[in-house]
Amino acid sequence: MGSSKVTLNIDGKEVIAEKNSTILDAARKLEITIPSLCHNPDLVPFGGCRLCLVEVAGTSRPVASCAALVQEGMRVKSSTNYLERLRRTNVELLLSDHPNDCMLCERAGNCKLQELAYYYGIRENRFEGIRREYPEQDNNPFIRREMEKCIMCGQCVRICDEIQGVGAIDFAYKGLWTKVSPPFEKDLDCEFCGQCVAVCPTGALTGRMWASKGRQKFREVETVCPYCGCGCNITLAVKKNEIARVYSKKDTVNQGMLCVKGRFAYDFVHSQDRLTRPLIRINPAKDLYLHQENPYADSSSSAGFKPDPAQFREASWEEALDYTALRLKEIKDRHGPDVIGGLASARCTNEDNYLFQKFMRMAVGTNNVDHCARY
Amino acid sequence: MDNNSVVIKVCSGTGSISAGGAEVLHAFRELVLSSDLEASFQDRCRADKVGCRGFCARDVLVDVVIDGEKTTYERVKSDMVPRIFEEHILGGSPVQEWTADELHQSFQDNQKKVVLAHCGEIDPEDLDAYLNVKGYEAARNAFNDMQPVEIIEKIKRSKLRGRGGAGFSTGHKWEFAYKVDEKEKYVVCNGNESDPGAFADRCIMEGDPHAVIEGMMICARAIGAGKGYIYIRDGYSLAVKRLRLALKQCHERGFLGKNIFESGQDLDIRLYPAPGAFICGEATALVQSIEGKRAMPTPRLTRTSENGIRGKPTVINNAETLANVPKILRNGASWFAGLGTDTSGGTKVFSLTGKVKSNGLVEVPMGATLRDVVYKVGGGIDQDRAFKGIQLGGPTGGCVPESCLDSRVDYESLAVAGTIMGSGGMVVLDETNCIVDTAKFFLDITQAESCGKCTPCRIGMRRMYEILERITSGNGRDGDVELLEDLGSHIRTTSLCGFGMTAPNPVLSTVRFFRDEYNIHIRDRKCPALVCKSLLTFSCIEETCTGCGMCKRVCPADAIRGTRKKPHFIDQELCVKCGSCFDSCKFGAILKE
Repeated sequence: MGSSKVTLNIDGKEVIAEKNSTILDAARKLEITIPSLCHNPDLVPFGGCRLCLVEVAGTSRPVASCAALVQEGMRVKSSTNYLERLRRTNVELLLSDHPNDCMLCERAGNCKLQELAYYYGIRENRFEGIRREYPEQDNNPFIRREMEKCIMCGQCVRICDEIQGVGAIDFAYKGLWTKVSPPFEKDLDCEFCGQCVAVCPTGALTGRMWASKGRQKFREVETVCPYCGCGCNITLAVKKNEIARVYSKKDTVNQGMLCVKGRFAYDFVHSQDRLTRPLIRINPAKDLYLHQENPYADSSSSAGFKPDPAQFREASWEEALDYTALRLKEIKDRHGPDVIGGLASARCTNEDNYLFQKFMRMAVGTNNVDHCARY
Repeated sequence: MDNNSVVIKVCSGTGSISAGGAEVLHAFRELVLSSDLEASFQDRCRADKVGCRGFCARDVLVDVVIDGEKTTYERVKSDMVPRIFEEHILGGSPVQEWTADELHQSFQDNQKKVVLAHCGEIDPEDLDAYLNVKGYEAARNAFNDMQPVEIIEKIKRSKLRGRGGAGFSTGHKWEFAYKVDEKEKYVVCNGNESDPGAFADRCIMEGDPHAVIEGMMICARAIGAGKGYIYIRDGYSLAVKRLRLALKQCHERGFLGKNIFESGQDLDIRLYPAPGAFICGEATALVQSIEGKRAMPTPRLTRTSENGIRGKPTVINNAETLANVPKILRNGASWFAGLGTDTSGGTKVFSLTGKVKSNGLVEVPMGATLRDVVYKVGGGIDQDRAFKGIQLGGPTGGCVPESCLDSRVDYESLAVAGTIMGSGGMVVLDETNCIVDTAKFFLDITQAESCGKCTPCRIGMRRMYEILERITSGNGRDGDVELLEDLGSHIRTTSLCGFGMTAPNPVLSTVRFFRDEYNIHIRDRKCPALVCKSLLTFSCIEETCTGCGMCKRVCPADAIRGTRKKPHFIDQELCVKCGSCFDSCKFGAILKE
């Protein structure tokens, strides 16, 4: 069927686009901004927010550019007074059912709806009426849902189903009372990957641990998630030398997607219990029994999980490694290499794990090596 | 039918059954089988249940056909049965006082029954009854002697258009699906009729289920579909039951299943009870629903006839459309086209309700005028009040005034008049209907039935409803009418699916034709039709009041003062506008305005 590209004209500019792409895709190629709340290039077109309407020559009514395929010779206008009026009315409608909560909202400054309200200068709203109100739900420590802020863009539902493959939430009810909800209005009980939180354009879905940690002017620290060998790129949003939230950017190996650990499990970083330097046991007993008294035993005290200073002393990495090497050698010389075993971790990279088994087999000389995900 | 027979046809539609049709049928059958009658009589007399013949307001309807001569009884109760049996069936003289009157005659005579031809004539639960009226001949013919292209050509020439509302050419729709090179194709009967006041599809599915199935078979042959779904509103329990039975009968006789009519084509049709939302009838939402998802319309990147259920070509036709198909094949495309107008062939079934003398299901040729339907078939306005308007096409249709009465009923003319064909609901309004209140009634339904996907429909419809609510409660503001117009046309322009595009119609059309009535509500805080309670005032006419004290006694708010035999007065501060005083006054001394 001819070439796989078509040429169309948007706002007087020619653009060549893939045959199966949408008008919105083509416009973005030309760096023309068309507002949208429900569009997500990774998901199946939804066509719900009705903000990306454009005029196409020859059609009687505006079309949603996120859900209309390009056609050869198409002539598109992305912004006219008429279109702006339609978009403005839709934003007005959304705001007429949205709490005026920007002052306290976690998303303020990073909210697409707020941005549109600002852009269209909506201070007075022609529409008023009943607003949705929902009690706070959920006990989980990760995701906070404030469904009255939901604008029904459906991105959370779609990313959960189409990309995460979980389908923990879907639309329920009808009319104004349509609501994104777990089955039977139960508490959210899912993987808590937070993909939904990442795509939510408003403050309907936020991270619980984000609260009162700041909303803007973060220092961004690019790093790699320490949790597994996948090595997802994460960005730490740091404020006052503390992580306020974690997210991932689109142009990374993981395409901006994260799991519950990468996205939400960062509180260990600032934990007081975290070991930051090697410790060496003072006067270790010659033969350690397995059931020897646990040095962490008195962890119930308010001091937290700190090891007993009477049993440990801090050391430099150099000393600690030398000491370990020396002791391994001693043990190997006295009892043979097979009394030594090594356990590696999935939190290390493939390369680390490869080296570790190599070390166990070649340097120590034993096959007693394993890994929580098996070698 | 042999000449020496007595057939008692008892209407057994949903309306009739709730009026006691099952008991009437039982009573007739008992009498026919009663032991003291001759065996020869019992052989030639039988009582049949038949489908709805339209005049549901006068159920239970019973036809007694003696030697081919038909007498219709209306409002039959089971205790009337013995006398009819005695005097008419055995005695030969009809019970005149119970037979149908002229109004009933004009109701039936002014119609043109094509789709409904079998409804009220044959037993819908009996496959043989359908076969006796040449049932499944058209399907057999289509499978054995016709090529798909021939069938599609014939349907195109018949000018049959989708009866679901949009009026898309059925033949073209089939052609799109036929042309897609796919092994797996689907034919779907859309029976999710959800408009309040519309019951055409229900009656067809209840009264002639085999016609719908035969239509689906012909469609399946034309496009090459191997699987069909009857997507039916689950609340239609009788239609569900009868279709399920009809499908079972067809499978047993080999009309459905493997290698039907030795053509080599397989066809399996299943019933799919819809989860029960208005929006399920929208084609893309219906596809989602059959796929097991929430029925929410999707953007139409391609046609469902090319890319429907599971991405396969899917023809979705309304039940009424499908029921027309066997008739077209049997009687010819030009016959069908000749019944209607230049652009639209055949007839259309309307659910005529509201303030007309004869309420019920009516079938008229495309191109009949609204006046014909209301005054000839419907017998005019109830109690000979003044006609005010007619709401066409269900809650997403429009309301047109008297000036449009000479519009023809076809897709184009109704669009010009400012409304749509839609589901074929016709609600007739008279002078006692408040137009704002009527619009509010329809919006109350549509705003609640929005699927919630797109912004203008989800929030916009609710806001429109709320504006109407404040107008009818006496809190209307200057500019509300303009705001309604603006928001209505906004919703119409920007909504995702056909539902949102038509949902503001009741308001937009009434603002267009009855703007004054809106203004009176807002400006004068009055309801000319005396419907909107908050805008009413009740007062006592001093000259007429006899001071009997009746009103005082019934007033629940103690708002009426006055001493006996002296004129009373109503304290407007306390009055709750319940209207009890108005209803109780025997002297007409309470003024309601």
